[in-house]
Amino acid sequence: MSYVPSTQAQRQEMLRAVGVSDYRELYRDVPEEMLLDRELDLPAGMSELEVSRTVSAMAAKNTLFSTILRGAGAYDHFIPAVVKSIPAKEEFLTAYTPYQAEMSQGVLQSIFEYQTMICELTGMDVSNASVYDGATAAAEAAAMCRDRKRRVTLISAAAHPDTINTVRTYCFGTGDELRLVPMKDGKTDLEALKAMLTPEVASFYVQQPNFFGLLEDADTLGEAVHAAGAMFVMGCNPISLGLMKSPRDCGADVAVGEGQPLGMPLGYGGPYLGFMATTQKHMRKLPGRIVGETVDAKGERAYVLSLQAREQHIRREKASSNICSNEALCALTASVYLAVMGPEGLRQAAQQSMAKAHYLMRGLTEIEGVRCVYPGPFFHEFVTTLPKQEEVLSALERAGILGGLPVEGGVLWCATEKQSREELDRAIAIVKEVLAK
Amino acid sequence: MKLIFEKSVPGRHCDLLPRCDVETVELPEGFRRETAPALPELSEVDVARHYTELNHRVHGVNCGFYPLGSCTMKYNPRIDEDMAALPGFAGVHPLAPAHATRGCREVLDTAAKYLCEITGMDGMTFQPAAGAHGEFTGVLLIKQYHQKRGDTKRRKIIVPDSAHGTNPATAAMCGFEVVNIPSAPDGCVDLEALKAVLGEDTAGLMLTNPNTVGLFDQNILEITRLVHEAGGLCYYDGANLNAVMGVVRPGDMGFDCIHMNLHKTFATPHGGGGPGACAVGCKDFLKEFLPASALMDEPGHIQVRAFAGNFLVVVRALTYLLTLGREGIPEAAKNAVLNANYLMRKIQGTFEPAFDRICMHEFVLDLSEYKKETGVSALDVAKSLIDYGMHPPTMYFPMIVHEALMLEPTETESKETLDWAAQVYRELYELGKNDPEFMHNAPHHAQIARPDEVRAARQPILRWQKP
Repeated sequence: MSYVPSTQAQRQEMLRAVGVSDYRELYRDVPEEMLLDRELDLPAGMSELEVSRTVSAMAAKNTLFSTILRGAGAYDHFIPAVVKSIPAKEEFLTAYTPYQAEMSQGVLQSIFEYQTMICELTGMDVSNASVYDGATAAAEAAAMCRDRKRRVTLISAAAHPDTINTVRTYCFGTGDELRLVPMKDGKTDLEALKAMLTPEVASFYVQQPNFFGLLEDADTLGEAVHAAGAMFVMGCNPISLGLMKSPRDCGADVAVGEGQPLGMPLGYGGPYLGFMATTQKHMRKLPGRIVGETVDAKGERAYVLSLQAREQHIRREKASSNICSNEALCALTASVYLAVMGPEGLRQAAQQSMAKAHYLMRGLTEIEGVRCVYPGPFFHEFVTTLPKQEEVLSALERAGILGGLPVEGGVLWCATEKQSREELDRAIAIVKEVLAK
Repeated sequence: MKLIFEKSVPGRHCDLLPRCDVETVELPEGFRRETAPALPELSEVDVARHYTELNHRVHGVNCGFYPLGSCTMKYNPRIDEDMAALPGFAGVHPLAPAHATRGCREVLDTAAKYLCEITGMDGMTFQPAAGAHGEFTGVLLIKQYHQKRGDTKRRKIIVPDSAHGTNPATAAMCGFEVVNIPSAPDGCVDLEALKAVLGEDTAGLMLTNPNTVGLFDQNILEITRLVHEAGGLCYYDGANLNAVMGVVRPGDMGFDCIHMNLHKTFATPHGGGGPGACAVGCKDFLKEFLPASALMDEPGHIQVRAFAGNFLVVVRALTYLLTLGREGIPEAAKNAVLNANYLMRKIQGTFEPAFDRICMHEFVLDLSEYKKETGVSALDVAKSLIDYGMHPPTMYFPMIVHEALMLEPTETESKETLDWAAQVYRELYELGKNDPEFMHNAPHHAQIARPDEVRAARQPILRWQKP
């Protein structure tokens, strides 16, 4: 099946109308020796029922865990039913980028509302319509902070390893240098940062909470960065912003982050959502699509893709980024999530994630041999030592629990509002049992 | 219509979470938020109705004809959505142990194998999230290749002036100098212009074939040979792969690496601007430079985003590949080409094609003569189409054709739809001659009249503010 609706008779009629006798003639510009003279080495096409069986069988080869105590950049939060049903509506789903404002007001308004919500979460003035994910948002932020004199990017070693590697790759592209600011006790080393803030530094990126779940002293880091004349970029967990001081209030010039916790499934890593916001001052350096409000010819409120002079289809090699397609439907998902959660629901999700993670930490560290690796306050992730690591994780797995992620020095655990006390108690009991042996 | 914030009622909310069953913990002083974000306060029915109202103001492929050139707006099969929503995929943590994610690996490996066969490549990655992101990845393969060989003088990427704007923007993001070459009158590569810029500083060439005017470049083997001879590599922009899949392979045209937009050619929905997904393929000698994830894979590779890419989009594309199979893939391509030629011929005699010859999957109308005659522009025609419930074509692209309208009907449109579309274009052609004023003011029955874009750019309002 190829979803081609024309019948064989119609296809013949159309070929005649075009003035050719067969399909081969349509490809007359393709040199003969290049044409594929055989069938593709692919299986024969299948009916919908057969395809459904085949693909479902692949899905069945994955292990589904009933309790997930692993985060590290992908978080298992509760997804309300309406957050799944609204983005699945066929019009939202099957539209292209809203180039024609007169028949895309629904998409444009939803993005304008998304931009407003991101500004509210981050305290910033301007948000773009999204970028690919949190890691590319960090890389795009680093690029927007560079100018002719300041070319070096600093990133905290306590950021997500995939973020560090992505920013490094983008820097490799433009030929700019990335320097890693070392950690001390699992957090950015402030004194080391100060020493590294030389005049060629364009920006410093810190993740809040950081990869190990710890709360960075963002205000102080930001002050040091600004004192050296560089820009301060913060990568934030959006759920944590229900409780935590906004990046704007911490002095950030650019706020970015991974929006996956806002209603997107784990999905083996994507599609996720990169959010990106900045202050009025840096508005025109922000990459990606931005929706703006205007009026139509009748004076009615209307929305359009705006500030396009920054973008690749106008500026070509002088554009701030090559991004065009972003993650619009994921931005819509995040908007619906934030709309049904509301300020109180978001606060609850943050509060409960933090409470459950601390409950899990207390339960685990009461077991002999398990202790927190790093001091200091954390949000919903923490690192513990764990003897018999493999054995413990296997025992948890047999009980349908995905335990924490092995990292240097121990295991990185995560809890969210989704896990009940009972589930956490069960996990703690299993760890205790294995270690008592 | 009202914004969601204007519907907010203080104190209204949805009950979605249970009461916290463990002791609460307070954030330490200095980390707490003083004021809650001003998110809307609504009931679930308010939210459901708001988004349904917005959804009514969206034109998707399922609403009607959408011949947006270069965007391959084919039908997005619903089964693909069902497969991507399977809990066995949607619920998988990217960092779950390998033995727990065998099904995901099978999806990626199978899709990679099929796409290598379709493109004539040897290796494939799904890490990039969209077409432009794939270009970035592909050009970084070229950069690493030259760098590893110590061939540091290769600083230039050649891009034809008919290329998508992403091509030069990508080359710049990869630190290359962009060399624009003019196209021949038929929109294809001007061999002499190419020869003139090739040299020891050539890193590579970025090319779309069929090109952006919808023509297959007959000299393609000569072009790739010349670039290779100069020591450069050839990058295939797969935006137009739909015209040739299963018929001729970029690998056999002499290309070294390629990106494919799964959200165009392989029928995954575009979602109002993404998520897309991109497969980047390459020949054997470039495989070592493909990206990986620092957390999921071995270190030492470039990485263009976190984890393994937009996996759930790859599930949709694989479902599509399995549905079409070895016969369906070329059948889709051939009928995409047939539909484009049929529509072009049916419109011809009124609006004229920029190139009067057999086209591939899309064609460009040149309205510059018509505009001189009537004062009606490509923009006016595009806006008038909206009143018929038909999405306008791509406007004013490629830049080498003035007053361009670029139509790509795709294979999933029926003869009846194409006949109707041709009829509408013919009617508009006459209307423009008789009542140009009416068309200058189009659309007349759309969600909004023409928006003031200049005002939007000069006095930017980019978020809602509490009154």
